Amino acid sequence: MRDGIRDKVAIVGVGCSQFGENWDMGPADMIVDAAYEAYADAGLDTPHERIDAVFCGSIYSNRGPHEVADALKLFHRPVTMVSNYCATGTDALRCGVMSIAAGMYDTVLVVGYDKPKDRGVAGPSVVLNAVRDLPQTPAGWFSFAAACYFQKFGAGREDLARIAVKNHHNGTLAPKSMLKREITVADVLSARMISWPFGLYDCAAQSDGAAAAIITRRDLARTFRDDFVLVKAVTVQAGPNPQTDPGHDFLSWKPTLYAAEDAYRQAGITNPRTQIDIAQVHDCFTLTELLTYEDLGFCQKGEAKAHIAAGTFELSGALPVNTDGGLKSFGHPTGATGVRMIYENTLQLQGRAGARQVKDVAVALSHNIGGHPTACGIAILGMP
Amino acid sequence: MTGITAYGAYVPPTRLPFSVMAGKRAGVGGPERAVAWHDEDSVTMGVAAAVNCLRGIARESVGGVFFASTTYAFREKQAASLVAKALDLRRDIVTADIAGSLRAGTTALRTAIDAVGAGRVSSMLVIASDCRVGAPGSALERNFGDGAAAFLVTNDQPLAALEDAVAHADEIVDVWRTDADRFVHSWEERFVLDHGYGDNVPKAVSALLRRTGVVPAEVDRLVLYGPDERSHAAMVRSLGFKREQVQDPLFGRLGNTGTAFAPLLLVAALEVARPGERLLIASYGDGAEAMTFRVTDRAGHSATTRGVSWHLERRAVTEYDAYLKARNLTAREYEAPRDQGLSATIHFRERDADISLRGQTCRRCGTAQFPRQRVCGACHAKDDFESVRLSDRTGTVVTYTFDYFFPCPEPPTIVTIVEVDGGCRLHMQLVNCPAKETRIGLPVEFVFRKIHEVGGRPNYYWKCAPTS
Repeated sequence: MRDGIRDKVAIVGVGCSQFGENWDMGPADMIVDAAYEAYADAGLDTPHERIDAVFCGSIYSNRGPHEVADALKLFHRPVTMVSNYCATGTDALRCGVMSIAAGMYDTVLVVGYDKPKDRGVAGPSVVLNAVRDLPQTPAGWFSFAAACYFQKFGAGREDLARIAVKNHHNGTLAPKSMLKREITVADVLSARMISWPFGLYDCAAQSDGAAAAIITRRDLARTFRDDFVLVKAVTVQAGPNPQTDPGHDFLSWKPTLYAAEDAYRQAGITNPRTQIDIAQVHDCFTLTELLTYEDLGFCQKGEAKAHIAAGTFELSGALPVNTDGGLKSFGHPTGATGVRMIYENTLQLQGRAGARQVKDVAVALSHNIGGHPTACGIAILGMP
Repeated sequence: MTGITAYGAYVPPTRLPFSVMAGKRAGVGGPERAVAWHDEDSVTMGVAAAVNCLRGIARESVGGVFFASTTYAFREKQAASLVAKALDLRRDIVTADIAGSLRAGTTALRTAIDAVGAGRVSSMLVIASDCRVGAPGSALERNFGDGAAAFLVTNDQPLAALEDAVAHADEIVDVWRTDADRFVHSWEERFVLDHGYGDNVPKAVSALLRRTGVVPAEVDRLVLYGPDERSHAAMVRSLGFKREQVQDPLFGRLGNTGTAFAPLLLVAALEVARPGERLLIASYGDGAEAMTFRVTDRAGHSATTRGVSWHLERRAVTEYDAYLKARNLTAREYEAPRDQGLSATIHFRERDADISLRGQTCRRCGTAQFPRQRVCGACHAKDDFESVRLSDRTGTVVTYTFDYFFPCPEPPTIVTIVEVDGGCRLHMQLVNCPAKETRIGLPVEFVFRKIHEVGGRPNYYWKCAPTS
């Protein structure tokens, strides 16, 4: 009963719009670019006949699922909008995968998108809902781990900077990434401060974008393409607000620990360091990526610094992380990000990732964490 | 015997030297004024003074609040009830704002003593607080200071008992500010002195001395309002008092604190007064008021009391540009939106948390939590909690960040997670602490502050500050 979802659902097509400050594109333009690329990738000529349901995700849209249904003219079928902070894209995938496993539908379209650059501000919005909500800045929330982690494990801003440098490099190799510029550790350390210890280059590039995936029953997968990819695990876990969680040590983010435990159980992974070949992790801030190495079990707690120095997570390393540049450099349209990771992992598994292709990828993980952070989504994909 | 049982003061630590206002460097020991910072106003300063006044006194014992100020943000909506909520007082109490005149502070004190003396209420908390703004570059800007004083009035063994009080009303347009004015206006200085201050104060003081049969030599301390240092000194002479009888008016240190001026000097006098001394307090504004107090054998100042002297020792010099930004006296690209602001119903539901800083303790497992929850985060018990006041506790910084992105006139905003003594964690801003002194483990106390002005009105919450 609690086996999870392993090998029941296949990904047969993926697509991704150009990420960036898409001043000349509305949400519908990007949704169409991503979905039609995914249709073509799946060899799907008549999507309006073959797609049984749509699960979409966005956190900035206030138009609901109709925005996607209308852009793609996919009516007379269920279209559902999912919202789960930065885990939105992974949760949309999870809902689609569950609906197929439950026998509700054969083939489902998953779309994640966001268009934050219509708001006239460079970073995320400062939310003014209630008096004590302030200050609502994601950099402010995620940076709370820094003082404690630095004090306990002796890491510092230079270690974080190396993560930004790596992700900027990887982003130069991804045609659809927002930023294609190599940077140095010195650039990172001298950039203006956003929320200590995060300078500008420690923060993800907020961008517009959309990504899509076509998923289907495993037994139908070959009718779309031979080199389909299987979903080994997909989970979304809620955690307590770390700001009020009694006794929280600010050395880990609990939602990642919870999600990793569930995803590894579903996928039958006992040694993530050796059983996972690549990972796309949620580098909304450089420290988030560092904590994620440890929280996902890629190394022991406190060892991330040594692995960063050794290059473990670089493209040529033992466990490449954020092969397409991650949120940092590929961009972070919040609702799209989880699905963009599915796009990258699918290309990597199928050997179609071009200049950034990692050799012999059989198992690929993607990870999103969002909120204070209070939610984490993980998907693990693999070849049959 | 009715009088003052306890007192407290609040002066913002920020000081603006006159030399800095004149575009020069801050010298050592030169004249300066106290300035409220961007998250302070007459309400937050009044709450701080009242917290200092009520140290060691059960909040449940307070029977009412008079709040005196000319600088409260709302024309319609009471300050005293907000202050009472921030202080977590009982709800079956008398509250009133006394406003409109610079002598509202002494009017509030006298009225409270009358009410308590009449036996109608057992105790009254009196707060005088002001935060007036002079136009940038004007003499008034240099003259003004910000601060607050608070007194608890009871019939029960006061430190200083009222002997007598007189009041004197007058109609004069000397200093004024209409509903639409941001800055205080003043008519020509000599006219104000001759016919306003110079006429009314002697009338009130001589009437009081006549009624009580006291001569100036029998007054140990003269607590006297003055519009400026020179007029104050001239008044002392014309009233027939000697310099050694005069409570230092603190020009060049605090500045003219409006309704809080004479009350703050009274606090300073009570800090040093010995049993048996007679104090005469006189204030001015649309008339004048004078009172004499006899200091009882309960007098005596504890070094831990946060009065005027305590606050004078805590000062940090600011720059003029920073002051202009903090007080919103510079042009901005966009005016703050005057929308409806925060939902009034959300504010209503969350006022115990936001204004009184109340959390809860689980009756089953004892876990403390904030804000109010229906289900315990530790043991999942439902609706089984004890409400607890957190504002008068201390805490420790668990972690922190310096947020440069959060809109604030003086970035970075220091944001912390604080562990309150006795459990429970709060996400809140840290104030009165330089970035380099911010650290894990820093002991903090809680201060009531303005957190933002969404909707064009002040919205208040608590922040933490290093334990003094």
